[in-house]
Amino acid sequence: MMDLAKRRKIKGSIALGLSTLAAVSGLFWLTFIIFDVLRHGLPALNLELFLEDPAPPGIPGGGLRNAFVGQLLITGVATLIGVPLGVLGGTFIAEYARGTKLAKVISILSDIMVSVPSIVVGTFIYAIMVKPVGHFSGWAGAMALAFIMIPVVLRTTEDMLKLVPWTLREAAFALGASYFRVIKDITYRAAATGILTGVILAIARVAGETAPLLFTSFNNSYFTLDMSEPMASLTVTIFNYAMGPYEDWHEKAWAAAFVITVGILFITLLTRSIIHWRYKD
Amino acid sequence: MKKFLKLPFADIVFALISFSAAITILTLVVATVVVLFKEASLAIDKFGFLKFIFTVEWNPVKEIFGAAASLYGTLITTFLALLIAVPVSIGIAIFLTEVAPPFLRTPIGIAIEMLAAIPSIIYGMWGLFTLAPIMADYIEPTLQKWFGDWPIVGKLFEGTPMGIDLLTASVILSIMITPFIASISRDAFKLTPDIVKESAYALGATKWEVIKDVVLPYSKLGVYGGIVLALGRALGETMAVAFVLGNKHQITFSLLDAAATITVTLANEFTEADTDLYLSSLFYLALILFLLSFSILAVAKFFLLRAEKHFQR
Amino acid sequence: MEEKTKIQVKDFSFYYAGSDKPALKNINMPIYENKVTALIGPSGCGKTTLLRSFNRMHDLYPGNRYEGEILLDGKNILTDDIDLIDLRSRVGMVFQKPTPFPMSIFDNVAYGLRLRGIKNKSELEGRVEKALKQAALWDEVKDRLKDSASGLSGGQQQRLVIARALAVEPEVLLFDEPTSALDPISTSKIEELVVSLRDSITIIIVTHNMQQAARVSDYTAFMYLGELVEFDKTDIIFTSPKKKLTEDYVSGRFG
Repeated sequence: MMDLAKRRKIKGSIALGLSTLAAVSGLFWLTFIIFDVLRHGLPALNLELFLEDPAPPGIPGGGLRNAFVGQLLITGVATLIGVPLGVLGGTFIAEYARGTKLAKVISILSDIMVSVPSIVVGTFIYAIMVKPVGHFSGWAGAMALAFIMIPVVLRTTEDMLKLVPWTLREAAFALGASYFRVIKDITYRAAATGILTGVILAIARVAGETAPLLFTSFNNSYFTLDMSEPMASLTVTIFNYAMGPYEDWHEKAWAAAFVITVGILFITLLTRSIIHWRYKD
Repeated sequence: MKKFLKLPFADIVFALISFSAAITILTLVVATVVVLFKEASLAIDKFGFLKFIFTVEWNPVKEIFGAAASLYGTLITTFLALLIAVPVSIGIAIFLTEVAPPFLRTPIGIAIEMLAAIPSIIYGMWGLFTLAPIMADYIEPTLQKWFGDWPIVGKLFEGTPMGIDLLTASVILSIMITPFIASISRDAFKLTPDIVKESAYALGATKWEVIKDVVLPYSKLGVYGGIVLALGRALGETMAVAFVLGNKHQITFSLLDAAATITVTLANEFTEADTDLYLSSLFYLALILFLLSFSILAVAKFFLLRAEKHFQR
Repeated sequence: MEEKTKIQVKDFSFYYAGSDKPALKNINMPIYENKVTALIGPSGCGKTTLLRSFNRMHDLYPGNRYEGEILLDGKNILTDDIDLIDLRSRVGMVFQKPTPFPMSIFDNVAYGLRLRGIKNKSELEGRVEKALKQAALWDEVKDRLKDSASGLSGGQQQRLVIARALAVEPEVLLFDEPTSALDPISTSKIEELVVSLRDSITIIIVTHNMQQAARVSDYTAFMYLGELVEFDKTDIIFTSPKKKLTEDYVSGRFG
């Protein structure tokens, strides 16, 4: 009997030890990747990176101003399209259509679309926005990112609105307010922090997307503000530069990777701590 | 409808506007299927379904396109990634809910979730410049030394270790999907009522026995949901594998060979497709990928909803 | 009194993690063998905290602290070298709500036995049947032992959990408000069960229901604000308590 008890305890220690090892391995990869991005990215970082456009292939020097600006434009336009649609859609299914079949279908569909391969979105936008006009464009890239953003924002908005207690709305209804006023004055205000952090997380997420831009906004080695032209983005530039043959390109790719990683991790951490602090789950 | 029209004017307007926004997502899904189908129709007419997915050859010059090699690469990398990620993720989830001291649970949990926030292009680049050389110089030769002489298993590790191959791609994918499975499993584990766990302890069970016999069975629907969700994600992941797979349309038994996945094929060839049939075949691949991952994600959602219901009772 | 003492609580105090104020203060009381002892008192009085000390359930959550002694058959169970797995197989526990495990009826009852390494099928079957009969559940489930335990009614689930605890033949069985989630009919079945078990096993039951304490117990301890106010034979506690506080409580004047 004693033997068995000992065996059970040893078995338990081994299993729990393995689970600790699993967690350590997860942390190991995280630090490994971040450390690597820092190690290669930091030395390659300089002011020209942000202020100058690329030098011709193979010639050292120059920067990635075109890609930084392109990234901001594409992400910005995507945000302008995706966020209102997502927030409004989320409002509809959490408020007017609360509890209906339609709301449920849209909610589930959005959940699925959040994880659908982003490259497929790229092919879809290519077919409707690039192929008909015959050339890539910043608009197409922005649309692709907006497509990805809508379900993310919609779902967060829905979740956050549902966290607002129903009694709060009833109290406002009892004062004779219309549903529109209740949403505008009560529920939006109560859910503002949550929706805002959700929106920021969604922006951070699409800012790191590459696949949907490959054949929508494509790339451009020149600086442009014209969204109807092909437009450079940081992520696509990283892809091209990293796969390219020049050492100088690799360095620039690391520098861009550094900026993107640090930016996204910072935003994610910040918003997560806001959510944590606000909702204390 | 009558009730609706009796609403205040502002409500009618706002309800209609938000309704159209909500409908957008539905429209986009339907439009994606329709458009991809239309764009792929040339290839669908030419190759049919079964012939397309069972043809290995992918030859733009002779205009023969088959999806078998890409599908094979997609399935193998996904399968291997899950094989690595599932036990690790469940281990992490167990650690986070049962093993770690409480003050460490939140920070480590956030750190693991950070892995999910890193853009896939960073994974890909890191894979190319850092992981691939390590695989080629150390891990793959070691695997060959250990398993090279084994029957069948040895065949998995044949060839020159280059680091640009199925194995490296699968390892990167597995790191990417680990946080998804881990955080969903953790949330599912947390739903096991304390009182049920306590009654297992009260019977003299060890911590591991409580996890294995009570917590895991209690939360299995949620864990399945997480795994299937990760499966759907892995199928459609592009950039993390695009760097380290080599885009070679072949079916190879060795994990140390270059290969292609649907996503890698699309990423590398979409802008180079110079004929209508070529482009149409690529759209065909995209359509298959969309339908495949959509249905898998729907299954995942089904599991997660069932799990939710299970706990509402 | 010629009762044999099974458990002796000696100068026992208990502190929850991070608290300097004791949740239980200097408790002294005996638990007599093969008798039913009820712990009563208003909520927050520490009766459940005391109950959970007998099988050291508090050890599951770090930082909790015991002081004093709880002697089981004369041996202090609060020392560090006590094997908790062993202790918990001697001291079983039934909770407020039914806690069936996500497995079949049979496997639920057999769980504790399998943990102890019993693999022999006929032995398992025999002991599962015996435990289910003891818990007065056998006739209701004998044809569906392979079904999931979650399909049983609340009252049946609670008797299943009792059978599961009985299967490993504990010396002491702790009940933590076992009927608080049940309807009156299920409640009376559980009460009958407790009474029928009293000759073969030492039982400690926490209840907020004074009638229940009066119906099922031989001894009653009345607790208030973490202290033991009075311990005596149940009929004395309910008819002629020595303390004013006890009298006020059992006559329903507060609580």
